[in-house]
Amino acid sequence: MSPQEFKDIFYNGVWKQNTGVVQLLGLCPILAVSSTVVNGVSLGLATALVMALSGAAISPIRNYVPNEIRIPVFILIIAVLVTVVQYLMNAYMYSLYVVLGIFIPLIVTNCIVLQRIEAFASKNPVSASALDGFTMGLGLTAVLAILGGMREIVGHGTLLSGIDLALGETTKDWVIHVIPNYHGFLLAILPPGAFIGLGCLIAGKNWLNLRKERKVRGSSAGVMPVDSGYAPSAH
Amino acid sequence: MKRLARASLQSAANLVFFAVIGTAILASTFFLTHDEIVKSEKAEKLKLITQIVPLALFDNDIMQDTLSIPADPLLGTEDVTTAYRARLNDAPSAVVLEVVAPDGYSGKIALVLAVRANGELAGVRVVSHKETPGLGDYIELPKNPWIKGFDGKSREAYKDAEWKVKKDGGKFDYMAGATITPRAVVKAVNKALQYFETNRDKLFAASTPKPQKEKQK
Repeated sequence: MSPQEFKDIFYNGVWKQNTGVVQLLGLCPILAVSSTVVNGVSLGLATALVMALSGAAISPIRNYVPNEIRIPVFILIIAVLVTVVQYLMNAYMYSLYVVLGIFIPLIVTNCIVLQRIEAFASKNPVSASALDGFTMGLGLTAVLAILGGMREIVGHGTLLSGIDLALGETTKDWVIHVIPNYHGFLLAILPPGAFIGLGCLIAGKNWLNLRKERKVRGSSAGVMPVDSGYAPSAH
Repeated sequence: MKRLARASLQSAANLVFFAVIGTAILASTFFLTHDEIVKSEKAEKLKLITQIVPLALFDNDIMQDTLSIPADPLLGTEDVTTAYRARLNDAPSAVVLEVVAPDGYSGKIALVLAVRANGELAGVRVVSHKETPGLGDYIELPKNPWIKGFDGKSREAYKDAEWKVKKDGGKFDYMAGATITPRAVVKAVNKALQYFETNRDKLFAASTPKPQKEKQK
């Protein structure tokens, strides 16, 4: 993999084709789990791990799977990997496993995983596929972290609450009380808060894109830049 | 026709091959992590139990000294549950019961509570609930110490009519805007104490775990 390829995949996964705010895939976990930073980041990283593993597992067999049965085979492999991750979390991060609950097995049905397999891993070599899966997952994690942070501050007035569930009792003091004696704002914690927050993030991303586009247009007049990075973009 | 049959057979064989490999990976991960999972589940349960039964109250292996309890309307349970018995110097000191409050604001509230041998509550904790976050979830620690208000209470100290939230003329606190949730919890705890009163001897009977056949009312 050349450094340029590496950069392209990375940029594509984390920013340009960001699963959370551009492709808008896997909205169910995004909306449900992003009530706190810790929950969001944990599920994001679990998804990134599954995506990297499934990219790496499917890329080497891409030429041996007959085209007609590729979807069932891909789903089978993804399901196996998710279950492995679920077992590992259940064994070694029990309290976090309890918090994330049903959303871990549901990674299987997160269409972003299958979409990256179909669009990328089934056509590219192993290292690129693994990197693509992982950076796509990182992009998702970033969105979950920001959205979780927004909802946690507005809803609870804290940041990093529940960190001890992920990293052990010793990290209990890491919780930041951003607004002391805050009574909470219910809307931010409930699903509508997730929709509103995600809407703000998408608007912010589009605003940044527009600003960049205007700059490009200013420097090279007459050339209309093609930017597929708008949400929701048609593919 | 023959070619078509061969192609589908090939696809099927292919699928079976991946299924077998997948199953093998899953089975080996299961066996590798199984012990650890059982261990952490047990540790989690023990952590919950020691939250409500002070360590000074027992010296037996509380996880082993169990009793299966059939479903009972006083406990709100619909399945066989497990009671954990705490003993100090072989004398019964407390029992941990699983209780369900069926009438929460949005469904069942699962509780676990410990009753001392003298009928006093050692502690109550919420195991799972679906109450409105930010409103009804103050029954949950560490969000709110409300649930600790049960510590030391008994049916001797409070009469039946006092086992209610203050709004209904009882003795228990509640928060404005969410009375249904604490009402359900208080009611369930009171009923569980009634269960303890009627079944006290059975609950502390010798430590051969044997499921009770007949239902006691």
